[in-house]
Amino acid sequence: MSRLSKDLTIVNELGLHARSAARIAKIAQTARAQVWIEKDGETVDATSVIDMLTLAGAKGTQLTLTIEDPDDFAILNDIARLIENGFGE
Amino acid sequence: MTPADGNSERQLDGISASPGICIGKAYLVDKEGVDIVKQYYVQPNTVQDEVNRFKTAVKQATEELRAIIDETPDDLRQHAYILETHMVLLKDKMLYERTIEAIEKEKINAEWALKKIVANVKGMFLEIADAYLKERAADIVHVSDRIMRNLVGAEQVNIGAIDKRVILIADDLSPAETSQIQLERIMGFVTARGGRASHTSIIARTLGIPAVLGLGKATQQIRNDDLIIIDGTAGVVIINPDEETLLSFEEQKNRWEEYQARITRKGRLASETLDGVKINIMGNIELPEELVSVLDHGGDGIGLYRTEFQYLSRPDFPSEFELYDRYKDVVDVLAHRPVTIRTLDINGDKAIANGSMADEANPALGLRAIRYCLKKPDVFRTQLRAILRVAVHGNVRILFPMISSIEEVDAAIAYLDETAADLQREGIAHNRDIEIGIMVEVPSAVALADLLAEKVDFFSIGTNDLIQYTLAIDRGNREVAHLYNPLHPAILRMIKRICDVAAEKGIMVTMCGEMAGDPLHVPILVGMGMSELSMNPHAIPEVKSMVRAISTTDAEQIVADLLKLSTSEQIDKLLHDTYNQTLKEKVYNGHNGVAAHH
Repeated sequence: MSRLSKDLTIVNELGLHARSAARIAKIAQTARAQVWIEKDGETVDATSVIDMLTLAGAKGTQLTLTIEDPDDFAILNDIARLIENGFGE
Repeated sequence: MTPADGNSERQLDGISASPGICIGKAYLVDKEGVDIVKQYYVQPNTVQDEVNRFKTAVKQATEELRAIIDETPDDLRQHAYILETHMVLLKDKMLYERTIEAIEKEKINAEWALKKIVANVKGMFLEIADAYLKERAADIVHVSDRIMRNLVGAEQVNIGAIDKRVILIADDLSPAETSQIQLERIMGFVTARGGRASHTSIIARTLGIPAVLGLGKATQQIRNDDLIIIDGTAGVVIINPDEETLLSFEEQKNRWEEYQARITRKGRLASETLDGVKINIMGNIELPEELVSVLDHGGDGIGLYRTEFQYLSRPDFPSEFELYDRYKDVVDVLAHRPVTIRTLDINGDKAIANGSMADEANPALGLRAIRYCLKKPDVFRTQLRAILRVAVHGNVRILFPMISSIEEVDAAIAYLDETAADLQREGIAHNRDIEIGIMVEVPSAVALADLLAEKVDFFSIGTNDLIQYTLAIDRGNREVAHLYNPLHPAILRMIKRICDVAAEKGIMVTMCGEMAGDPLHVPILVGMGMSELSMNPHAIPEVKSMVRAISTTDAEQIVADLLKLSTSEQIDKLLHDTYNQTLKEKVYNGHNGVAAHH
């Protein structure tokens, strides 16, 4: 099993909006393999801002972040930290 | 009635996005050319050309955005991040790759493909319940409009070229468009789309321009050069007002302006209580430009000069000379009046990095203000040198923020002494003989007030943080924001303790938080023995009027009475019951409706 996942909660007031999603996308675009974000069984591509916006990740939303290649572990951590810290907002 | 009906008066109701009244000519920003796109099938052998045409349009759009970002003046830089987001969106898979796929698979022209994909994306957003996120669909529409304009070659609306003062009417204004506007030419905004959380609305409020948004199709009833009235407070737009309406709104507008002028004139009167005690009413500023407002409103000096601004939106730390120049601008204008310079109150590394990834989980409890400065002696020394040097030219005080222990004050003063010694050795003019103060805004500083008072010349109470830290309330958190209350009995007791200690030790105590800017709070603060209050410049005249309307003996009595009460509600009620009449007659002059604007 090479996939690695992490459960996260959106903590910032404005939720996963365009600017915060753009910051995730910028990191995810540097990954070797796919990076996925899942909410209530719906999975989106973490490199696409629009895809992430359609999750409607308001404050308090539970997400699961998944990487397909263990080499992307640092990316998993970077994105997780970004979300956990409320995108510094 | 049809829009063609000519010049009869019509009223349109929208969302109040930014308060105020303006009367002027309408200027329409027309994007019709983009809404109607040609749809046709392409020959299999020209599909690649079509894809390339799309890619070129996206590339042009990217370059346009890049150019706008580069040209954005520094004071609007904080809004430029939205444009950066748009640049990421231009290349988003869901938009970029899907459109190319549609061209290739369906063999349709680029405009048609883009329109289909955007309609699809917009559809997904319609299902979102969260209002803020739902409005982000507008970002995608703006981005696709920009690509579309490059595809169809529609002539760009150049808002930057407006040459008269107008009320701007648009379907919606993208952040890129608003950043191009010569704002001094705009009296007000009216848009079909957008809500309170939209970018246009934020900009309008920042600039103090009235705005009514969310008018829907109603905007189509407004034609170029129509005379219109915007009442941003009520969220109403009136087209072709008849004489009576026009007169009534002119009157309202004048009353508001007159009231402001009158209160400004009153601001010039001294702020002495009925029994002759002078209370210094000072202004809080962030930029040297705001000085004018402090002086216009009758401020006695600067009670809080926030110095963070020079550390923002730049790749490096400001030099001693840059800081000195900026401080000198302020000190020169104030001459002998006090200028209280607060040392850096943020995490400077983060300000410089501007959006760095090393975000702290809880910045309010993190490495900021004095903690950051003590960890970064070079950054701290640079600022201290600039302050000590500028102190030669006027009445400068220094204020250390977020003090929570004796060690921090000792360390900060040690740096100040060391810096003065360095300047002495280097033969550079400076003045070490300045008043040193600390912000009392962390509960531990209140507990240690007696010990801290031995070390410094004055206390400045920062109520915003003191309330947040004492009541454990984040004002930005909607769930608990309503619990944030300066009239909480715990807060009154803390302020009382600070004032009592200061009186006993013979040091001055002032307040620079928002609490100080509300006339209703003046009797409490004066009654507790404060001789100076500092606030946003526009609050100065009203606070001064209140000072002139009360006596210290009455104020001391109300403090004694309030301190006996056990809930915020009781305190609020007694305060209102005692001073409502005074506020109405002496501060707002019967302009209760107007007072509500503040």
